[in-house]
Amino acid sequence: MTTTTVTVGLGSCGIAAGAGKTYEKIKAMKETEKLDFILKKTSCVGMCYREPLVEISDDSGTYLYGDVTEGRAIEVIEKHINQKDPIRDYIVYSDLFDAPENNFIDSQVKIVLRNCGYMDPESIEEYETREGYQAIRKIGIQKISRADVIQTILDSGIRGRGGGGFPTGLKWKFANANKSAEKYVICNADEGDPGAFMDRSVLEGDPHSVLEGMIVAAYAIEATQGVIYCRAEYPLAIKRLTIALEQARDKGYLGKNIFGIEGFDFDIYIKEGAGAFVCGEETALIASVEGERGMPRKRPPFPAASGLWKKPTNINNVETFANIPWIILNGAAAFAAYGTEKSKGTKVFALAGKVNHSGLVEVPMGMTIRDVIFKLGGGIKKNKKFKAVQLGGPSGGCIPEYLADTIVDYDSVNATGAIMGSGGMVVMDETTCMVDVAKFFLNFTRKESCGKCTFCRMGTMRMLEILDRITNGKGKEGDIENLEELAYEIKDNSLCGLGQGAPNPVLTTIKYFRNEYVAHITHKKCPAKVCRPLLTYTVDPVKCTGCLVCLKNCPANAITGERKLSHFIHQELCTKCGVCYSKCKFDSIILT
Amino acid sequence: MRITRLAPEVKKKETIDIDLTLLDPLIARYKGQKGNVIPLLQGVQDIYGYIPRPAFEKISQETGLELSEMFGVATFYSQFRLAPVGRHIIKVCHGTACHVQNANEITESLEDTLKVKDGETTGDRLFTLESVACLGCCSLAPVMMIGDQTYGKLTGNEAMKIVKNIRISESN
Repeated sequence: MTTTTVTVGLGSCGIAAGAGKTYEKIKAMKETEKLDFILKKTSCVGMCYREPLVEISDDSGTYLYGDVTEGRAIEVIEKHINQKDPIRDYIVYSDLFDAPENNFIDSQVKIVLRNCGYMDPESIEEYETREGYQAIRKIGIQKISRADVIQTILDSGIRGRGGGGFPTGLKWKFANANKSAEKYVICNADEGDPGAFMDRSVLEGDPHSVLEGMIVAAYAIEATQGVIYCRAEYPLAIKRLTIALEQARDKGYLGKNIFGIEGFDFDIYIKEGAGAFVCGEETALIASVEGERGMPRKRPPFPAASGLWKKPTNINNVETFANIPWIILNGAAAFAAYGTEKSKGTKVFALAGKVNHSGLVEVPMGMTIRDVIFKLGGGIKKNKKFKAVQLGGPSGGCIPEYLADTIVDYDSVNATGAIMGSGGMVVMDETTCMVDVAKFFLNFTRKESCGKCTFCRMGTMRMLEILDRITNGKGKEGDIENLEELAYEIKDNSLCGLGQGAPNPVLTTIKYFRNEYVAHITHKKCPAKVCRPLLTYTVDPVKCTGCLVCLKNCPANAITGERKLSHFIHQELCTKCGVCYSKCKFDSIILT
Repeated sequence: MRITRLAPEVKKKETIDIDLTLLDPLIARYKGQKGNVIPLLQGVQDIYGYIPRPAFEKISQETGLELSEMFGVATFYSQFRLAPVGRHIIKVCHGTACHVQNANEITESLEDTLKVKDGETTGDRLFTLESVACLGCCSLAPVMMIGDQTYGKLTGNEAMKIVKNIRISESN
C-alpha cells in the first residue's frame, strides 16, 4: 500500500498568509471523509511569496502546491487525493516535472536550511532521522578532543553569520583558553534588522540544529550553561525552542554527563529580549541578560575573557550554530569546498522589497548579487527598473545596479561600503527615493541608539535633521558635505557597531546616488516622486471624471470644481499632503 | 547657562483598580534571582497589559530592587508600556520592506480613521496604534498585526475597513 503524506507549511509567514486555516480545513476533511493520508506540519521552505504551501508526497514523488488558501485546499485534496489527479496549474515545485519554481529550490545549496520545510520542527524524532544529534554523538563515541573540534571549525573557515564576520573557530579557541569553572555559551537570536528574517525561520523550522550547535560549542569551550537570547517579537520561535528544549532534556541530551562524555554537564535556557536593537551587540546583549539596560561597554576585555557574570563567554548567532553540526558530520573540507577564498560555506539571505520572489534563499558564497536577485528572486516586481539593493540593514549600505555583479562574500561586500550584515537583502526599484531610504535608516538608528556615546546620540539626530530638511525641500548648499563630516565623526567616535555603522546608509547613498541629493537640494525635485513636499500635484483634465472625491477630502480646500467637470488644484493653497492622489480612483492626479 | 527644566506633568491618580495580589506568584518565582528585572517587568505586563506604578512599588518593597533601576530598564526597552492600552493593539510594520512599499500610508489612514496619533489609545480604549520595526513577514509587505492576526499586502483603504469592521463587531 502506498502512503501519502500531506504537509502544511506553518511558519510565521505561512500562518500570516492563512496556512493555519488551510491546515484546519485539510484536517477536517481527513476526519469527516475518512481520507487515507498522513497529515503533517512543517515550517518555512523559504518560498514566502507562494504561501500558504502544501506538499503532497507519495511513492511516485513530491508535489508542492502554492497559494493554497482554504478554498483551494478543498479543491487540491479532492482532485489529488480522491481522484489521484494532481492539479498541474497549482503545483509550484515537483521532482517529477518542470514546475515554475523548480529553479528557485534547485539553485540553492542548503546547509543551514537543510531541514527547514522538510520536517516537523516540533518533533525531535524527525530531527534525529535527518542526522540530528549525530554530530555531538560522533564526538562522544569517537572521543574527539576539544582541540580537534575547534581545529575542525577553524579549518572550515566559517565566519560569524551575525554580521561581524569574525572567524568562529578563533572565538572558540579564545573562550577555550580562558579557564574557569563557570563558562557560558550564548546564542544571539535578537534579530533586529528591519527586513531580515533568516534567524526566525531557522528557529521556527529547525530549532534542534541550533541546540546541537550550542552543545558542540559548549563541549569545545567547556561551558556549563547556555542561553538563547531571543526577540520577544518572535513568539512562535520561542514556543518551538521551548518544546525543543523539553524534548532534549527528556532524552538526556541536556543535563549531566551528556552524550556519554564524562563530566560534560550542560543545559540551556531562553531569555526573552525586550525590544532594543542595540542588544544584538554582544556586550549589550550580556548586559540585557544580566537584567540591565542593554548598553554596550568597551572591549577589551572581550566576552571570551569576561562575559556573562564576568565569566568567559562565547556568543554566536543562530545561523552560525545551525552550520556547526553539518561541519562536524561532513568535515571542514566539505564546508570549505563552497565559497570564496576568504568566505567559506553558504549564506542565507532574506529577499524582500520590490522583488518578485520574496523569501529565504541559501546560496554558496561567491554568487553575484545580480544572480541572487534575478535568478532566485525572479527579478523586479511589475518589470520596473532595478535601482539598488540594500544589504546589511541599518548598519549596511545601498549597492547600486551597476555594482550588482559584486559577489557575495564578506570582503567584496565591504569594499562597496555596505556590509554583509545578517543577510537582509531589500531590493529597490526606480520608485524608491534613496534620500528617503537613508532618512528611514537613520531615523531607525537614532531611535535605537542607547545614548551612551555622544557622537551616536547627538550626531545621528543632527544628520536626521539635515535629511529632514532636504526631503522637505529646504536643503542648502553644503548639506552633503556636512552630512559626510558628521558621518565620519560618528563612525570614528562610537563604541559599538550600531554607531560605527549608523552612517553607512547615508554615506553609500551619497557615494552612489549623489545626483538624487543634488536634485533635492538644488532643483527641489524628488526624481522618484516619493518626497511629497517636493512634488507638484495637478489634475489631468482628460482623465478627471469630476467625481468630487478629491475636492471633498482636501483638508486645505485647495481644489475647486463641479460635478462632471474637471477639477483644479490651486497651488498656492495646496499643502502637498497627497490625500487627493491616494483618494482618486481614476489616476487623474499627476505628480511632477 | 541654566536650562529651564520642563515642569513634570501632573497626572491624575490612576482610576483603574489594580489587583496587586496577582503579582505574588511572579515575585515568589523571581525574588532573589540574578538578572530578574526584565522577566519581572515582562510578567507584570503580561498580567496588566502595562506596568502600573503600584506594581513597581510593590516589587521594589518585596524584592529590594531599586525603583530607579526598574524604571531605567522599563524605559530603555520598547516592549514596556507605562500606560494602559486599548483592547486591540494595532501594530503597523515599518520595517525596510514595508517602508519601501508605503507603510506610511497605512499609519496615516489609521490615524485618520481612529483620530489618534501613532502610539496613542482611542478614547473608548478599544484601539492602540503602534509602529513597530519589523514583524518578519516581509513577503507580505506592507503588513499590520492586530492581536495575533496578521494582515498583509495592505492599502490604506483596506486597513481602514479592517479596523471599522472590528469596531462594528465590538459594538454588537
